[in-house]
Amino acid sequence: MKIENFSQLEEYRAKLDAARDPNQPTVTICGGTGCRAYGSEQVVAAARENLTEDQAHVRMTGCHGFCEKGPLVVVQPEGLFYARVQPKDIPEIVETTIKHGKVVERLSYVHPTTGEKIAHERDIPFYARQTRLLLNQNGHLDPTSIDEYIALGGYKSYAKALALTGDQIIEELIKSGLRGRGGAGFPTGIKWRTAKTEIERLKKLDPKYPGGFVACNADEGDPGAYMDRSLMEGNPHRVIEGMMIGAYAVGASRGYVYIRAEYPLAVHHLAMALDQAREMGLLGENILGTGFNFDIEIRLGAGAFVCGEETALLASIEGKRGEPRPRPPFPAISGLWAQPTVLNNVKSWASSTIILDKGAEWYAKIGTEKSKGTMIFSLVGTVSNTGLVEVPMGITLRELIFGIGGGIPNGKKFKAAQIGGPSGGCIPEQHLDTPIDYESLTSLGAIVGSGGLVVANEDTCMVDLARYFMNFVQEESCGKCVPCRIGTLRLLELLEKICAGQGEDGDIEKLERLSKFVNQGSLCALGQTAPNPVLTTLRYFRKEYEQHIYDHVCAAKVCKGLLSYRIIDTCTGCMVCARNCPAKAITGEKLKLHKIDPNLCERCGVCASVCKFNAIAIDTGQVWVNPKALQHA
Amino acid sequence: MRSKDLRSIPMAPALIPADEDPVAIAEQRARIDQVIVDCQKRKGSTMLILNQLQSELGHISRPMQNYIADKLGVPLKDVYGVVTFYSFFTMKPRGKHVVRVCMGTACHVRGAAKILDRLVEKLEVKPGETSPDRQVTLETVNCVGACALGPVVVADNAYSGQMNVAKADRLLKSLNLGQDAGKK
Repeated sequence: MKIENFSQLEEYRAKLDAARDPNQPTVTICGGTGCRAYGSEQVVAAARENLTEDQAHVRMTGCHGFCEKGPLVVVQPEGLFYARVQPKDIPEIVETTIKHGKVVERLSYVHPTTGEKIAHERDIPFYARQTRLLLNQNGHLDPTSIDEYIALGGYKSYAKALALTGDQIIEELIKSGLRGRGGAGFPTGIKWRTAKTEIERLKKLDPKYPGGFVACNADEGDPGAYMDRSLMEGNPHRVIEGMMIGAYAVGASRGYVYIRAEYPLAVHHLAMALDQAREMGLLGENILGTGFNFDIEIRLGAGAFVCGEETALLASIEGKRGEPRPRPPFPAISGLWAQPTVLNNVKSWASSTIILDKGAEWYAKIGTEKSKGTMIFSLVGTVSNTGLVEVPMGITLRELIFGIGGGIPNGKKFKAAQIGGPSGGCIPEQHLDTPIDYESLTSLGAIVGSGGLVVANEDTCMVDLARYFMNFVQEESCGKCVPCRIGTLRLLELLEKICAGQGEDGDIEKLERLSKFVNQGSLCALGQTAPNPVLTTLRYFRKEYEQHIYDHVCAAKVCKGLLSYRIIDTCTGCMVCARNCPAKAITGEKLKLHKIDPNLCERCGVCASVCKFNAIAIDTGQVWVNPKALQHA
Repeated sequence: MRSKDLRSIPMAPALIPADEDPVAIAEQRARIDQVIVDCQKRKGSTMLILNQLQSELGHISRPMQNYIADKLGVPLKDVYGVVTFYSFFTMKPRGKHVVRVCMGTACHVRGAAKILDRLVEKLEVKPGETSPDRQVTLETVNCVGACALGPVVVADNAYSGQMNVAKADRLLKSLNLGQDAGKK
């Protein structure tokens, strides 16, 4: 069905709304990538098999965010939350909850510290402390249906925008204080205004000028961040609607979504959503009778981290190597095919729909003075409740990790929060009470970045973590500029040397000097921020570097070159370690204490991970040189 | 991936002779032509074509690059440069099964390196390479965006979360891969 004007859209929405009974029992099952990995598709199939439409509607939704507990099932309208649901649990849910309105207690959420069972989704601390503006619809709609989106108020902001002028929309955006959610935090409204001015100038020069471009940066390459994926999988229309508003405001005629090839489900849902919007006449020519023409195309990335950088991303859309170029000119003046291009992150586009819907003043009330609105963090690593959390700017890290995240599991101690991916930094315990906003994190040496928040416990070696990130950046460096290409390699070599127990006096100073050089000399943000993980770990965990270099101690017992393994007397002689040892370094007889030959042992740790009796002790303080590595060197 | 010495495993030999290249096989060449025709009119078509062919044919060989460059009327460096830049494009065919180990930060702090070591040891293939019998390709990826499930292994596009050494062994067994493959 094609919608030709505003009133038809409202009529259609009213019709859908009337058909939607808010009290109809509905079983919503999370269909995000996380829950799918746990088998939520089979749970959906079981639910469809066991339920008739009269009893309850079954809906596979986007990601609910609480990935730790998947597959997630929420029974509406009561909002009963069931965790780790398997297909075999469905008959019980049907019998107890749907037919008799009672709670299946064994599937309810159990509070990790109090042990209390919590039946309702809204009461679970993980959800109760969030402010969900962008993710709020994820658990309530089927991402493959435009009708469900429209029924929940979808494309209302778009219709509102089409009735305004571009300047009015941009004014609203500037008033809201929205800053780029990709991490750099540039004010979105200002970017739009720059592009609009340029497009108007070009139109004056050439009345036939078709308009500039808008583009969506969905190349979420930061390891540890997956909120963009979740938003596109769970609510693709919201992202598209945001781009439509932006295109209308600045006068763009074409949009591109640049998305990672690693996200097949998001690509699929987005492509479906675009087809549906086109079919309804929300994309195409003369949209809603306003004379505005606009369409969006999907472009796939091919596994290059640097393509998250804006100029590299635009080069990649143009079909070239994804190499950044110097700015200015900024893409808002000269972007895709040298035309004015507004490039925003997925969350920024989606946020603009909320700002138009609720008004700039309402939005500006959320957050801190300089950082407005909400931010989605992916809370992952060694934390009890892993998943996606959306919180107002200005929340403290402590609230995020210990309040919403439920603290560190298995009685371990918190060590650092790695925030902002390879461009970010590690924040230690003493700064956990700092409110999170763009400025405060920068002053701590980290960045908001895309919102990846990886929690590290005492088992994480900070030198090794710095080495890990440097290895990542080194592999992903595009090679265009020397400071990044060679500087990161030298940094990596220094870190590898320290991790192997070969560190020398003066290496820390070398790291610092080189980091400064890479930061100042690199062409794009990837190189400029590459030393951040090294600099923050040096700033807060310098002692660990010193221990590695001077004492040959890796306190977290991660760096192989500083470890040795031995078997202690809790060994029952079960032979499991000996069978699993790839180096055949373990000898021993059944029921007798085993022994590890230190000359054969490769420090792989398989024995410790298979031993059921905690009989493998790991010592540190001595340097071990891998004889194989020498042989090949 | 340097946590274990991998150099003792021999490099995979060149995998296919010239007459088995997609360009030499009429059927596959027709498909390449079709993809080029479909994408050619769109702006920035090189990436579109390469993405499509990589996922359909599993690799973009040197003869294919020559062929595409000729058809598009661009210098070979514009195709070769793009193929070598992006890690998703490969010049050698992948194996029948593709096992990808996520090395993202969240997986890293939960011990992804140990999982990778185990797979390397069991499959006797280095990361980024294909076994000589072309049964399996082992790859590392920087993040598959399933961070809450870490460590994650994606085998033939199916995600397995919260991996450990035993689960990794079971996964290989279910694909009938690794040292014990074929042994009943």
